[in-house]
Amino acid sequence: MRGRAALLAGLCAATLAGAAEIRPSRDYLSPELRAQQDDPSRHPGWLWVDEGEALWRRGERSCQSCHGDIARMQGVATRYPAVARDGALLNLEGRIERCRTEHQQLPAFGYESDALLSLTAAVALRSRDMPMSVAVDGPAAPFLEAGRRFYETRQGQLNLACGQCHDDNAGRRLRGDVISNGLGTGYPAYRLEWDSMGSLHRRLRACSLGVRATQFPLGSPEYLALELFLADRARGLPVEAPGLRR
Amino acid sequence: MSLHRRTVLALPLAASATQAAAQSVTGESFAAAERAILAGRTPVAEGIVIDMPPLSENGNAVDLSIRVASPMTEADHVTAIHILSERNPFPRVARFGLSPRAGRAEVATRIRLATTQTVLVLAETSTGQVHRAGREVIVVLGACVDGG
Amino acid sequence: MSVASIVARITLPDSAAKGEVVPVRVIVRHPMERAVDAPGLRPVPRRILHTLVVTYAGAEVFRMEMSPGIAANPYVEFTTVAVETGDMVFEWREDGGAVYRREARLVVA
Repeated sequence: MRGRAALLAGLCAATLAGAAEIRPSRDYLSPELRAQQDDPSRHPGWLWVDEGEALWRRGERSCQSCHGDIARMQGVATRYPAVARDGALLNLEGRIERCRTEHQQLPAFGYESDALLSLTAAVALRSRDMPMSVAVDGPAAPFLEAGRRFYETRQGQLNLACGQCHDDNAGRRLRGDVISNGLGTGYPAYRLEWDSMGSLHRRLRACSLGVRATQFPLGSPEYLALELFLADRARGLPVEAPGLRR
Repeated sequence: MSLHRRTVLALPLAASATQAAAQSVTGESFAAAERAILAGRTPVAEGIVIDMPPLSENGNAVDLSIRVASPMTEADHVTAIHILSERNPFPRVARFGLSPRAGRAEVATRIRLATTQTVLVLAETSTGQVHRAGREVIVVLGACVDGG
Repeated sequence: MSVASIVARITLPDSAAKGEVVPVRVIVRHPMERAVDAPGLRPVPRRILHTLVVTYAGAEVFRMEMSPGIAANPYVEFTTVAVETGDMVFEWREDGGAVYRREARLVVA
């Protein structure tokens, strides 16, 4: 009886500790994956980064012709998602697609296309290890609130809110996975499960499926608002993109 | 000697477990693949270090590095390193061809593992020896699988 | 047989001393499609890179024969003795006969 009480107290302490502290996603990786994430010679995600850097320079009206060297994208990923002048919430993918269609007068790549993943990864890399710092005031405030509501609402047949895994049980195992704080800082990421690079929204669709809830489309307002809330949760924590994930 | 005895005992079991899958695609079982490489030679259970996490987080990509003790001279060098899988559909996972130009008999790669099993490494040398080592690896399944 | 380029990342040291044993790391972009013919699944024919041959300073220095048991976007690491400054040529052969080639320069001081 005393044993059980002690065990319960221990569990509660762990829970509180988990809720109080949001840790970088890499802290939840195995030492092997963490080392690999930091090693371009062993990280398959760099195949996409190389492609993205080539795309940056490609064409007559290239990204480079306006923005200069891709090195000038330093810090940009720490500020996305962000609200555009017309009031739309754009993540990095959305911003790149707008550049394509509006400034380059080219067809959009399409969400989850190799080209868009590559360019997004190459741009995000320029913010690697820099602290997240999205704007959440002014026009961003309603999006943040929508994202918070999404995060805190129980969903799906399993009737789970995001935080029941990613706050209350972070650090614990769910079968072979270690539950992280559910940040988007590593995306686009190369996921072993996918054998490929993929976007945060693709990952969120897997979350939605996991709790048997509605899967929203890639680039949907629901996932964009959630992405902003997750970016705010990660405030001050380092960009890890291109990440390496199970 | 103990390793040898275990080999004799374990191989027929492993073969029966994978036979259906292996034979339907390649016609070659794990045991037959090892026999074919050994070609009548008796392997020595030393000289190979396998580095692989004992617990693999995802069977899609399991890191594996192999180091064979060898002077890598013209007279005495490793000519081939084989990776065999006990419970994959294809027992022969990879074969590395080396020469003295390699300098060291060290290779690393990433393999797919269908399930928890033993991974076997055979290294052939220019002197006709075969080194043999095995490692058990537990393959765990993730919870957060993709729905597309 | 035409030879195409392929997305690959080859990592060599910036330079090496003559006779030094240097590590070579290669990642290549390829799905390594296993044949899938199970009921209920979309059939996919097998299409893998089955061989990688590396030549350097006049000789084959490394060869890897691959099966569907090699992970997608194949990774391999091996060593070679730095003989002279020259191109290491990496040639991948794919099911169906396609050949892909990439080169990387090893500088020997």
